Amino acid sequence: MTDLESFRAETRSWLEANCPAEMRTPMRSEDDACWGGRNFQFQSEAQEQWLRVMGEKGWTVPDWPAAYGGGGLSPAETKVLREEMKAIGARNPLSSFGISMLGPALLKYGTEEQKTRFLPEIARGEIRWCQGYSEPGAGSDLAGLQTRCEDKGDHWLVNGQKVWTSYADKADWIFCLVRTSTESKHGGISFLLFDMESEGVSTKPILLISGYSPFCETFFDDVKVPKDQIVGEVNKGWDVAKYLLGHEREMISGMGLGSGSSRTLAASLGEIDDPVLAAEVALFDVDAIAFAAMSEHFIDQLKAGEAHPAMPSMMKYAGTELNKKRHELIMAAGGSDALEWDSERSRGGKAPREWLRTKANSIEGGTSEVQLGIVAKHILRLPGA
Amino acid sequence: MILTDDQRQIADMAKSFLAEEGTIAKQLRHWRDIGCKDGFGHDLWKQMAELGLTGLAVPEAEGGLGLGATEAALVMEEVGRNLTPSPFLTTALVAVEAMKGTEQGKHWFPGIVAGETVAAIAVDEGPHHRPRQIALRAERSGNGFALSGTKQFVVHGASADVILVAARTSGSAGESDGLTLFAVPREAAGMTVENVALTDSSKAARLTFDKVAVDADAVIGEVDGGWEPLRRAMRLGRTGAAAEMVGAAGGAMTMTVDYLRQRKQFGKLIGEFQVLQHRAAHLFGEIEIARAATLKAAELLDKGDDKAGIMSHVAKAKAGRVATLAVQEGVQMHGGIGMTDEHDIGFYMKRAKVLDSLFGDSSYHARMVQVMGA
Ligand SMILES: Cc1cc2nc3c(=O)[nH]c(=O)nc-3n(C[C@H](O)[C@H](O)[C@H](O)COP(=O)(O)OP(=O)(O)OC[C@H]3O[C@@H](n4cnc5c(N)ncnc54)[C@H](O)[C@@H]3O)c2cc1C
Ligand SMILES: Cc1cc2nc3c(=O)[nH]c(=O)nc-3n(C[C@H](O)[C@H](O)[C@H](O)COP(=O)(O)OP(=O)(O)OC[C@H]3O[C@@H](n4cnc5c(N)ncnc54)[C@H](O)[C@@H]3O)c2cc1C
Repeated sequence: MTDLESFRAETRSWLEANCPAEMRTPMRSEDDACWGGRNFQFQSEAQEQWLRVMGEKGWTVPDWPAAYGGGGLSPAETKVLREEMKAIGARNPLSSFGISMLGPALLKYGTEEQKTRFLPEIARGEIRWCQGYSEPGAGSDLAGLQTRCEDKGDHWLVNGQKVWTSYADKADWIFCLVRTSTESKHGGISFLLFDMESEGVSTKPILLISGYSPFCETFFDDVKVPKDQIVGEVNKGWDVAKYLLGHEREMISGMGLGSGSSRTLAASLGEIDDPVLAAEVALFDVDAIAFAAMSEHFIDQLKAGEAHPAMPSMMKYAGTELNKKRHELIMAAGGSDALEWDSERSRGGKAPREWLRTKANSIEGGTSEVQLGIVAKHILRLPGA
Repeated sequence: MILTDDQRQIADMAKSFLAEEGTIAKQLRHWRDIGCKDGFGHDLWKQMAELGLTGLAVPEAEGGLGLGATEAALVMEEVGRNLTPSPFLTTALVAVEAMKGTEQGKHWFPGIVAGETVAAIAVDEGPHHRPRQIALRAERSGNGFALSGTKQFVVHGASADVILVAARTSGSAGESDGLTLFAVPREAAGMTVENVALTDSSKAARLTFDKVAVDADAVIGEVDGGWEPLRRAMRLGRTGAAAEMVGAAGGAMTMTVDYLRQRKQFGKLIGEFQVLQHRAAHLFGEIEIARAATLKAAELLDKGDDKAGIMSHVAKAKAGRVATLAVQEGVQMHGGIGMTDEHDIGFYMKRAKVLDSLFGDSSYHARMVQVMGA
């Protein structure tokens, strides 16, 4: 047996022994996700146990170094783990902005002290993070942000407002872009971490069209932050911010993979007897399966260090537009059943609410237009883009 | 999928060779302008043989390189990028795949490896690819068969030394059982070959069979068991055609993006207009996705994975649609110059149209994906 084959065998039997049966069923809704953190209410013992054992093994972040709470696995081993989890239908033990966004940025830009302090907690799901990028006047034009961060000698003093902060009311800490200098637009931004329980932080929920409210306006009023909580150099936060956005886009592009084809559509919503709709679904399947092949290829490229830095933008764009299309088709296939806001026929409103939620996919993490602009500029090298 | 070093070498070799020798000016435009009856150059076919490409898929034991669908796709992509006319797809991939492991293979492979033999495959009987509907009959007669019926869209049919003909030996139209694949030499008595020029200046034949007598040993594989070699050959064929379309789409896009960087209107480079940037960026993504799907199909074929069948349909359907988008955007963004014969962009449009149709168009393959997925 090769090393990889024996790793597969070991992994399989470890998962068999350690993944609770309840954690091998598909999630019913977004609410089934495990977010961890100081105040997280686990929905079941199984959910808590699954996070604990995976966290102990470092398998919530299999490819991070073991020294920082990761699994220390090679790319090939990580792939095997993913495949074996998929084979038994294991749920993701932890949904976490810490893992998908902050972690990679800390690994690249953090000090040794920051890495040992924050990464293991992220890996074990002990701290829940939120992202403080957008502001009322700074969305697509993110570098237009105004939140002030002043050097007060022994601490930073933060004043300003963020918006669209997902789960700000549930998060323990925030990673945040702040203005440390007004001399240059991009060159005056710093990347700051702080505790959401700090004095002067408040949040106010924003209700979405889907009826959910995981988003907040976040206010900072004379928030004191310790000096060692800036990642990277002062005024050089834009590089960190962009690096992190690449990872955010990578994560969001995964939405294109959402349980995908006509089979799922038909299974959940009954036979599609309209030939025009059936044709649309067939073409959608082609796009969905092709995109899945692209995602796999993209991940392989990333791991091999061969992906163009602007490729996450292409993937984010394609994946989110595909996901929106999927939910349009689900609605079409469902007919009036899918319109019921809160009934069994729409699976408790899953169909219409998810459909509405997906409309944000092409906005959050940078809009589709912004992604296309990045591809035009950095990959196609079109002038003045 | 990350290519191996060997695969990269093949791709690089094909890339530099075809960018040098397979260009539109040297091949496609040249043969068209002189009204060549083959639509491609035999010299180039010989040169490809010298590089080992004609025998790419022929087993090593029979003098070939013994390579797989992935290498084939990488070469096809470069063929597509340069719009290089050659019998590579029909001969080196489709015919070789169909004849692999058979006596017919032993007979024809040496010529193919040497770049002397051209092969074609005859499947379609109407304007749409419907392989199960094959009605051309092969009746037993003497110690062989007599073929009667018609075929069309037989690419390179008039230039081929051998034509693989899918015929019905039993059953009826609509069934996959009862088909048999025959290797018919082009001189076979009773076969009429009408050489037809296609939109892209390539040549395809309409064939009429009037009791064409073939020996029993012309059968490739088993009598009534033709679906199997045909299916294998078509999988590789559509994956190859998909790769060629990915290459053509990429070639058209490169030409277009270059134009956007040079052409000035309203005192600006037109590439500065965001509406064009976004369409170009969208197109870029679509081509990448089509390429990933095509390489995935090839990878699954090489692994002998069950999912190779459906993935080859996905690849053909996706690449067909993407190539169509690429050439339409290409001509549009070139403005008026793109409508001229003098400019090469129009060649991409014409080639993409033919390739989309070859071995089944996007609609056909999307329907197959749905049928197989359900
Ligand atoms: C559900 C959801 C969750 C989010 N979560 C977070 C979060 O956790 N943390 C966080 O910091 N932010 C978050 N965001 C904010 C998100 O990143 C911004 O909404 C996004 O970047 C767009 O900014 P905007 O909403 O200000 O739109 P605007 O920038 O005002 O854009 C409006 C429209 O103009 C277009 N546009 C803008 N500039 C250009 C241009 N140069 N060229 C062409 N078109 C352009 C846009 O594409 C868009 O269609 C979230 C947003 C949503 C909807
Ligand atoms: C078959 C044919 C017949 C014709 N007949 C006549 C005729 O009888 N008389 C006559 O005078 N002319 C005629 N024309 C010329 C025709 O009007 C021009 O080709 C047309 O106006 C486009 O100009 P162009 O070819 O220079 O393209 P360009 O202006 O160079 O455009 C190239 C590309 O850039 C795009 N583009 C340019 N500016 C912008 C912008 N501001 N924003 C976004 N995109 C932009 C265009 O849409 C196009 O996709 C004919 C052209 C053709 C093809």
